[in-house]
Amino acid sequence: MNIHEHQAKDVLRQFGVPLANGVAVFSLDDAKRAIDSLPGPLWVVKSQIHAGGRGKGRFIEKDAGEKGGVRLGFSKEQALEHVKAMLGKHLVTKQTSAAGKQVNRIYIEDGADIEKELYLSLLVDRGSGRVAFVASTEGGMDIEQVAHDTPDKIITLAIDPSTGVTDADAAKLCDALKLADQARTDMLGLAKTLYKAFVEKDMSMLEINPLIVMKNGRVRVLDAKISFDDNALFRHPDIEKLDDKTEQDPKETEAKEWDLAYIALDGTIGCMVNGAGLAMATMDIIKLYGEEPANFCDVGGGAGKEKVAAAFKIIMKDPKVKGILVNIFGGIMKCDVIAEGVLAAVKETNLKVPLVVRLEGTNVELGKKIIRDSGLNVISANDLDDAAQKIVAAVKGK
Amino acid sequence: MSILVDRNTKVLTQGMTGATGTFHTEQGIAYGTQMVAGVTPGKGGQKWVGTLPSGEKVERPMFNTVAEAKAATGANATVIYVPPKFCAAAIEEAIDAEIPLIVTITEGVPVLDMVRVKDKLLKSKSRLVGPNCPGVITPGECKIGIMPGHIHQRGAVGIVSRSGTLTYEAVFQTTQVGLGQSSCVGIGGDPVKGTDFIDVLELFLKDDETKSIVMIGEIGGSGEEDAAQFLKDEAKRGRRKPMVGFIAGLTAPKGRTMGHAGAIVSGGKGDAESKIAAMESAGIRVSPSPARLGRTMAELLKG
Repeated sequence: MNIHEHQAKDVLRQFGVPLANGVAVFSLDDAKRAIDSLPGPLWVVKSQIHAGGRGKGRFIEKDAGEKGGVRLGFSKEQALEHVKAMLGKHLVTKQTSAAGKQVNRIYIEDGADIEKELYLSLLVDRGSGRVAFVASTEGGMDIEQVAHDTPDKIITLAIDPSTGVTDADAAKLCDALKLADQARTDMLGLAKTLYKAFVEKDMSMLEINPLIVMKNGRVRVLDAKISFDDNALFRHPDIEKLDDKTEQDPKETEAKEWDLAYIALDGTIGCMVNGAGLAMATMDIIKLYGEEPANFCDVGGGAGKEKVAAAFKIIMKDPKVKGILVNIFGGIMKCDVIAEGVLAAVKETNLKVPLVVRLEGTNVELGKKIIRDSGLNVISANDLDDAAQKIVAAVKGK
Repeated sequence: MSILVDRNTKVLTQGMTGATGTFHTEQGIAYGTQMVAGVTPGKGGQKWVGTLPSGEKVERPMFNTVAEAKAATGANATVIYVPPKFCAAAIEEAIDAEIPLIVTITEGVPVLDMVRVKDKLLKSKSRLVGPNCPGVITPGECKIGIMPGHIHQRGAVGIVSRSGTLTYEAVFQTTQVGLGQSSCVGIGGDPVKGTDFIDVLELFLKDDETKSIVMIGEIGGSGEEDAAQFLKDEAKRGRRKPMVGFIAGLTAPKGRTMGHAGAIVSGGKGDAESKIAAMESAGIRVSPSPARLGRTMAELLKG
């Protein structure tokens, strides 16, 4: 689960992480009060959407102006103008689709005198199976680009879970970030604080880009992005409440309620599959035969008739879908149960687009017979290759 | 020979009284696996009663702890169906009891729980397969996990995979082309797991019965790239077997988690293209289609 920058900063503030004061606003009235509550002389006005690259982004609406999604206000009036320009508009960044994301909230923050910009993140390093810091002196830039162009400027430090961040670990990070004096003292403490926050809140990623050293020599977290481990949310009802459903495709929200893994994509062929790997492979084979998948959908290993029908209906809500491919390798799921679920959904949704069903595994003959005998217009396929070719041909009208 | 499990493997079920644990214990017994006992705290001394697909009733003893069950039955493996919240504790209990092979099927274990488990595991005598995996099978001898037994056929292909149902594809297809399998290992789709590709590849390279290997990866992490480097290094030392590979997720969008917690392209790493390139550079024949794993292997072996 992802949260907004202002929420991430609130979470970090609970742990005593050094941050600027700021207020999140949802309306112009809120904004006016927020601006008055901050001392100035600099107000940073930041669009809150779940996507990176906001500063370099562009708004679709002309009246939002040419500037990006993060703007500086050198007076109260100017700060308010920025809020007016951005609120409700659609921001396009390199991490959003071409349609952009609507800015429904804005974070207004005290400005800082920046001496130096650094990069610091924490993540779960798969290689070592440990939480690791990633640090670089090249802050404020696209870290993927830094990793590509100058990989020697990025260091990774895995933390032993039985000890946590040691003094030696913290010192290594300070060395990597070339910190001295007060900034070094600040960072020695901050490394431990950030690790504590990461572990206690079950984060899967905490990215601070940039971490800054201010002109007064102190360290401050200027931007923060946090993702949480969905599997651990049961331990954190406070975090679960931060979920902003307006950031999600409504089909994905509905799928979540059914415990379906569904991701909306841009293609024309809807997919319903059991198993994440097979679901990805099904998308891949559609592409291999010249079409694009409209979604990723894993109904899981133990889906019953109702869940199959729900998945089908969610897939059908996408107006781009011109055909559907159902691919089930029923190991434990029985093919006859799947067949009945699919047929029930076909009848209920009054399906108008071609449907190809590939069933394999337990009770496969019975499943195929149920589909054959239904009298409905369902194309049966013998294997995955056959299924992919048939749905692509059907969508292309061949 | 085979790897990890055979007819002598004696298996405990942790979480045997839940619906999933019961069903798959029944399936395991029906397959011929020595499912010797169950562990559920508070149910020690009771009997577990299951019904096989044939209608036959079966009974197994229940124990409160893994250590008690091991002492009483001589079990050398355990399979875990415990819900995600309690799963890490169940694995840790099995490690403490020094069970040599721990197979964890449970999906949805918090990743930081696994960081803790992994640390303990590395300091232990146990091997963990999973979590979030279908399990391990040596066809005709021992089935630990949730894979459908009937699609397997004893043969010479070793199969290792991060994905459950894609493993079944590979099994089904290698059965159809008449090659069969020596052993199949689902290593699971989580970012932090017990056994990785390299561990299983090492076992397959060593195993006489395994004449060729199918390796199925997916986007996320660098397990496939690391495995490719391992295979290159081993090949230089004269250890190599014919291999077919597949990577799922060529069409997956960046930054989204594709069902499996570990299947995500992030930070410019873990994309399908680089994995395919790494595998090809290690001499693996990578099939562009998940539907042609069996045929590709048959063609490769014909030369």
